[in-house]
Amino acid sequence: MATYYSEEHEWITVEGDTATLGITQHAADQLGDIVFVELKEEGDEFSQGDDIGVIESVKAASEVYAPLDGEVVAANETLADNPASLNEHPEGDAWIYKIKLSNPDQLDELMDLAAYKDFIG
Amino acid sequence: MTTQAPRRTPLYDLHIELGGKMVDFAGWDMPVQYPLGIMGEHKHCRAKAALFDVSHMGQVLLHGETAAAQMETLCPQAFTALPEGKARYALFTNEDGGILDDLIVSNAGDHLFVVVNAALRDQDIPLMQNALKDVTVTEVTDHALIALQGPAAESVLAPICPAAADLTFMQTTTAEILDTRCRISRLGYTGEDGYEISIPEDKAIEIARALLAHEDCEAAGLGARDSLRMEAGLCLYGNDISQAVTPVEAGLTWAIQKRRRTEGGFPGADKIQDQLQNGAARKLVGIRPAGRAPARAGVEIQTADGTAIGEITSGGFGPTVNGPIAMGYVASDHAEPGTEITLIIRGKPQPATIHPLPFVQQNYKR
Repeated sequence: MATYYSEEHEWITVEGDTATLGITQHAADQLGDIVFVELKEEGDEFSQGDDIGVIESVKAASEVYAPLDGEVVAANETLADNPASLNEHPEGDAWIYKIKLSNPDQLDELMDLAAYKDFIG
Repeated sequence: MTTQAPRRTPLYDLHIELGGKMVDFAGWDMPVQYPLGIMGEHKHCRAKAALFDVSHMGQVLLHGETAAAQMETLCPQAFTALPEGKARYALFTNEDGGILDDLIVSNAGDHLFVVVNAALRDQDIPLMQNALKDVTVTEVTDHALIALQGPAAESVLAPICPAAADLTFMQTTTAEILDTRCRISRLGYTGEDGYEISIPEDKAIEIARALLAHEDCEAAGLGARDSLRMEAGLCLYGNDISQAVTPVEAGLTWAIQKRRRTEGGFPGADKIQDQLQNGAARKLVGIRPAGRAPARAGVEIQTADGTAIGEITSGGFGPTVNGPIAMGYVASDHAEPGTEITLIIRGKPQPATIHPLPFVQQNYKR
């Protein structure tokens, strides 16, 4: 199971043609206390670069951008009631979407962990 | 366009040491939060005490026997009868009745001590220099300003400054803290009891450390300052008040003393007196979104059936309220608390209600 990282501070793990997407701990730390999450619904399709959700901290609203093309298989419904879990376990239980990849070749455009660590310095 | 490096306050090194996340705010390198986080800092201030660096604000001294009388030509406040040792919230207005800035004016005995917004010192100081005859206008550039806010503020400060305990809300004095003469004023911008302390810059870190050494005191940044003031229903210049709104529209009529309402004699008096008499067409109100989504500045306000009636000027999440809160202007016939309204958040209508300001009880020591 490989994990990929985007310049928008998302992680994606892939198993077959399904992937799990979330934000990195670095992103969560930068956002600060997260108080609200608005997500797409099951069946929604999106293209690379689309705005696929909003994460709001006390201070500001931030968009989640799709790192590749796909379709929402499931959104993590626990986040609506417990948005703060995104600060605590953004790379674990507080995943955001399960997605079906439309164009798995796009994974090649993403970073591996070593490259992402370099990216965030 | 030239970009200048943001200025540093006398507390800069302490912010870095404490892990402050620094941002450029009004040309100053300021901590937006520390490792505790905005939510934690906010709640700590409501429960105990928080220390904020507000040294970016402009501190100005007005020397001259007629300073108080002449300030009345710039502000709709009464200063001539302001007793020594008292501070007053004030506004500079323009000829249209718009608000040029909000400020605190204190009678410090042989001078007035004035604190203005950081971003507006370059407007306010020339304004006073030009208008005030035979008054020396001096910006204080060698003093830090810190705010110690929260129900434990007195018990944090009094051990090193006994005089602080004798002050009540909006009183000011000078006293020694760690053998250094400071100006201590019992006021703030959080809705809590607390102080603002003007400290010679070379002693600022030492005194801040002494306060932070108290187990009830934590450092807090601009993020918590903003959420605290919003819950307290206090206006932020540039958001909730500006040249485009009058004190009456902004709900600041309480800040215009009776004599000035009657006599006028301040910029924009015609319009402001007319609005005091007949009401204004729009009003600043508190707003509680019904859902969890914060509604931030710029969000359109509509009636429940979709007619545009105004716009949000400040909004976000209130940690003490534990939900979204906002302030904004609406047509006066929709300003009654309890009125149901609609907010257009990211294109989608969301229900909300007009709410009285403040959102939390103010806990001043009267």
